[in-house]
Amino acid sequence: MEPAVKPSPAETLISISGLGKVYRTKKSEFTALKDIHLEIGNHEFLTLIGPSGCGKSTLLRILAGLEEATEGTVLIDGRPIDGPGADRGMVFQSYTLFPWLTVRQNIEYGLKLKGVPLLERRRVSEFYLRMIRLERFAAAYPKQLSGGMKQRVAIARALANKPKVLLMDEPFGALDAQTKQEMQELLLEVWEKEKTTVVFITHDIEEAVFLSQRICVMGANPGRIIAEYPVPLPPKRNEETRLQPAFTALKRELAALLRHGH
Amino acid sequence: MQTATQTATVIPRRKPKKMQIFREISAARTTMLAVASFVVILAAWLAVSMLELVDPVFLPKPHHVLLELIRQLGTGEYWSHIGISVFRVTAGFILACVLGIPIGIFAGAFRAGSAFLEPPVEFIRYMPAVAFIPLIMIWAGIGEWAKILLIFIGCFFQVVLMTADITRRVNPDLLHVSYTLGAGRWQAIATVVVPAIRPELVTMMRLMLGWAWTYLVVAELIAVNSGLGYAIMKAQRFLNTDQIFAGIIVIGLLGLFSDRLFAFLHKRAFPWI
Repeated sequence: MEPAVKPSPAETLISISGLGKVYRTKKSEFTALKDIHLEIGNHEFLTLIGPSGCGKSTLLRILAGLEEATEGTVLIDGRPIDGPGADRGMVFQSYTLFPWLTVRQNIEYGLKLKGVPLLERRRVSEFYLRMIRLERFAAAYPKQLSGGMKQRVAIARALANKPKVLLMDEPFGALDAQTKQEMQELLLEVWEKEKTTVVFITHDIEEAVFLSQRICVMGANPGRIIAEYPVPLPPKRNEETRLQPAFTALKRELAALLRHGH
Repeated sequence: MQTATQTATVIPRRKPKKMQIFREISAARTTMLAVASFVVILAAWLAVSMLELVDPVFLPKPHHVLLELIRQLGTGEYWSHIGISVFRVTAGFILACVLGIPIGIFAGAFRAGSAFLEPPVEFIRYMPAVAFIPLIMIWAGIGEWAKILLIFIGCFFQVVLMTADITRRVNPDLLHVSYTLGAGRWQAIATVVVPAIRPELVTMMRLMLGWAWTYLVVAELIAVNSGLGYAIMKAQRFLNTDQIFAGIIVIGLLGLFSDRLFAFLHKRAFPWI
C-alpha cells in the first residue's frame, strides 16, 4: 500500500477527526461510521470508494451538514460545521433540479437567494451554460432534458454558487456507459477551470481512478477508511489515460482490496 | 386438384377478448360510450315518465324540465339568483383557501405544527356542516355572511388537511439541495415548497370548489330570499318538480363549468409538468 499523501496544514480545507455516526433505535444500534480521520486539501479532487453500507454517503451528508455526527469533529477552514450552507454545494445521484424552473433559472437559483442583481446573474448563468455546453437549452424545463444533461445543469447550479467544496454523491450512477465517460471528461474539464475542491463518491473503480488525485477506500461494518491511495497520473486526462499501465495497475490493486477487504 | 389456397396455410387468428384491462380504446369509441350513457339515462327517464309509471310530481317529463329550464334562463330574476349563488360559493371557497392553505403548509412543513393543528382539525372535519346552522345563525345572523360562513366551514378543514398532506409529499431532496445552495428554512418554504405544491394545490382547489357547490343549497337553508337554493325550495313548496330538476341541473352545470375552468388553467399554468 502506498503511503498516504496528506496536504500541508496550510492547504487543508476540510479536517475530519475522530468522526463517528451511530444510528440508535429502541431495539438496536447501527454504526455507520467509526473513527474517521481525513484531511482534504484545497483544490483537491478526492474520491471515496467502497462497498454498499460502508458509510460513504453518510460521510458526505455529514460534510454537507444534512446529517449530524454522533462523535468527532469536522472543520472547514478551521471552523466547525453548523448545518448545511452555500459553502458546501452538493450534487445528488437523482439530479434534483427544480422542475418548475428553466435550466437557466435553476443555475441562477443560489445567486437569486443571495440577492445578486439580474444582469450579474445572467452573466454568471451564461458563463456556466457555455461551460456545460447547454447554451441552446437555457429556456428548457428539466423534463425536456436527458439524464446527462440534467446532471450537467445540477453541477453548474452548484458551481455557480461558488462553493468552497463540491460534494458529489454517485452523480453519474444512473447514466449509461457512454454518457458516463463523457460526463467524467467534462467534469475534469470543469474542475480544472474552477479549481473547486471536490469530494466524490462512487463504487465504480475506473471512474475513481480517472477523476481523482487521491482515493480513500472505505470498508463496511463498521464504516471506516481502510486505505488511501494517491493517483499517480498527470492532472490532464483523456481517453488515452484509461489505457496507461499506471491506470490499470491502480485499478487492479483497488479491485483486489475491495474484493478481499484487505 | 390443388388450388393456391390449399397450399397456403392459414393460421386462424384468435379474436382478442373485449375490454382488456388498461388497454386503450379509440377516441371515437370513448365519445360514443359517453354519449350512449346519457342516451340511456334520458331514454329510461323518457320511458318511465311517458308511460306514466310514476306520478309526474315525482318525476316530471324530461321535455318539461328542459322547457322550464329554458324559460327560467330567459328571466332576469333567475340570472340574479345564479349571480348571488355564484358569489356565495366563490366567497366561501376563496376564504377557505386563503386561510386554509397557509395553515396547511405550516402543518405539513413542521411536525410540531402538524401535532398541534391537526387533531382539532381532524375532529371538526367530521362534524356535518348542516349541524352548524343553528350556531351560525347565532354568530352571524341570517345575512350573506351566514351563508358564506357555512360554505367556509364546509371547506376550510378539508383544505387544511389536504394541503398539509400535499406539502408532506414534497421530495425532501429538493429541500436538501436548496439548503446546500444557501436557503434557510423560510426561504426553502417560499422558493421550493410553495412552487413545488402548486399543481397539486390547484387540483385540490378544483375538488374543493366542487364540494363548495354541494354546500350551496345547505347554506341557503339559512333564511333566504335569493339564490338557486331559494329557487329550488320555492319550487318544492309548490310541488313544481320540473323547476326543482331545472335548478339542480343549473347548479350541476355551474359546478362542471368551474371544474373545466380549473382543468384548463392547470394545463396552461404548469408547462413544466
